[in-house]
Amino acid sequence: MADFFSTGLGITIIILAQCLLMAIFLLLSAYFILYADRKIWAAVQMRRGPNVVGAWGLLQSAADMLKLVLKEIVVPAGADRAVFFIAPILSFALPMAAWAVIPFNTSWVLSDINVAILYVFAISSLEVYGVIMGGWASNSKYPFLGSLRSAAQMISYEVSLGLIIIGIVISAGSLNFGEIVAAQDGSFGLFNWFWLPHLPMVFLFFISGLAETNRPPFDLPEAESELVAGYQVEYSSTPFLLFMAGEYFAIFLICALTTLLFFGGWLSPIPGLPDGALWMVGKMLFFFFIFAMVKAITPRYRYDQLMRIGWKVFLPLSLGWVVFVSFAAHFGWFGGAYARWAIGG
Amino acid sequence: MTQIDWGRASRYFLLSDFFAGFKLGLKYFFAPKETINYPHEKGPLSPRFRGEHALRRYPNGEERCIACKLCEAICPAQAITIDAEPREDGSRRTTRYDIDMTKCIYCGFCQEACPVDAIVEGPNFEFAAETREELYYTKEKLLENGERWEAEIARNLELDAPYR
Repeated sequence: MADFFSTGLGITIIILAQCLLMAIFLLLSAYFILYADRKIWAAVQMRRGPNVVGAWGLLQSAADMLKLVLKEIVVPAGADRAVFFIAPILSFALPMAAWAVIPFNTSWVLSDINVAILYVFAISSLEVYGVIMGGWASNSKYPFLGSLRSAAQMISYEVSLGLIIIGIVISAGSLNFGEIVAAQDGSFGLFNWFWLPHLPMVFLFFISGLAETNRPPFDLPEAESELVAGYQVEYSSTPFLLFMAGEYFAIFLICALTTLLFFGGWLSPIPGLPDGALWMVGKMLFFFFIFAMVKAITPRYRYDQLMRIGWKVFLPLSLGWVVFVSFAAHFGWFGGAYARWAIGG
Repeated sequence: MTQIDWGRASRYFLLSDFFAGFKLGLKYFFAPKETINYPHEKGPLSPRFRGEHALRRYPNGEERCIACKLCEAICPAQAITIDAEPREDGSRRTTRYDIDMTKCIYCGFCQEACPVDAIVEGPNFEFAAETREELYYTKEKLLENGERWEAEIARNLELDAPYR
């Protein structure tokens, strides 16, 4: 049997099985974080949230999914049919593809490539195409306006996201997530993680992540008070479901990135406790909770405010931070807090 | 050279509004829920609540309505239709008493106008139907409502009597 799994076919089967496992994990997590999302907003607004379908409403997401799948797919008369259907598939598949390099524990990763951050970044830059294509192919005013906004917004915030990541990469000395997490390992538990030396960037990264995933307060592409639902206006049924699921994959991806880059991934916060995938998932869920709370407590930004924050605040701050980290790493300031690789070898 | 408001700038960069909002959000997160689990729990109703109509009877079983048609006259939506003729014992009674519940605006004028407390708006508000026809109430339906809700209606009338 062991021989079979080292042949080409065997390896293919193993990889496919791993991919399937990842897909199941993602779909399940999308299922439950969608439910958690609604419960958290409901709690902040002193409502109960979904509580009728199944125990505590746990089957609500399944009911919604079933409803969406069974509905008729409406294609607008003037729509570009091919692009109209490619768009939701893209925005579903791309965030999912980005998960291929996200590790959950030491070597628990689908593909352990050494430019993992670049890969995630490339994929998440492509995510904007799903939105643009959806808005364009609908051949309708509001979706088009929504997708234009989205394009500008996602590109603006990717710039600062990229710069923040450069700072982390300098500190960790690697583009591989496993090594970035390993660089945060130390005898002080959570005080060894990168959130401490990179403190301001944690907030910048998280806020840029909100903008990148079109979450409130930056949900301008789907601002329902002005644009009905932005690029999703003309979508119904399964294509809409794909957009929705893709959005939640992307949100959870940002949670995972925050955890890996700043909060030590699967490392235990208290020295002595065992590390493990549970820490990783727990931290991701914590950041998801913050994501949901932010949606519940913040009003939507105006478009010019969004652009002003992106270009006039985030970009200079993150650029300055890259310069600062470069110097700190090179000259070994702060006891080598910014360049573990220079100290540890 | 404009003066920089350092206090405001530092509050902006320290995300003080955001943290205050987060704290407030968390406070309400753990606050008791305001929602009523509607089909299982119901909110309180005033004795004056104007719900589904009912035609009442006297305790001896005689119907109260004397076909004066004041309700039909006052109804602003003209939802009530009444036909009447003398009965065999000589008393004047309705032969037809229809309320189009799709027209009714639940203003309660019929109840106010009625000299014998025959037509009343009861406490029931859960009479949604799937077809319009089911909402064209006839005399039989209204009398049946009266029988079903008499206890609640009598109580509500009694509670509201001091204010009339």
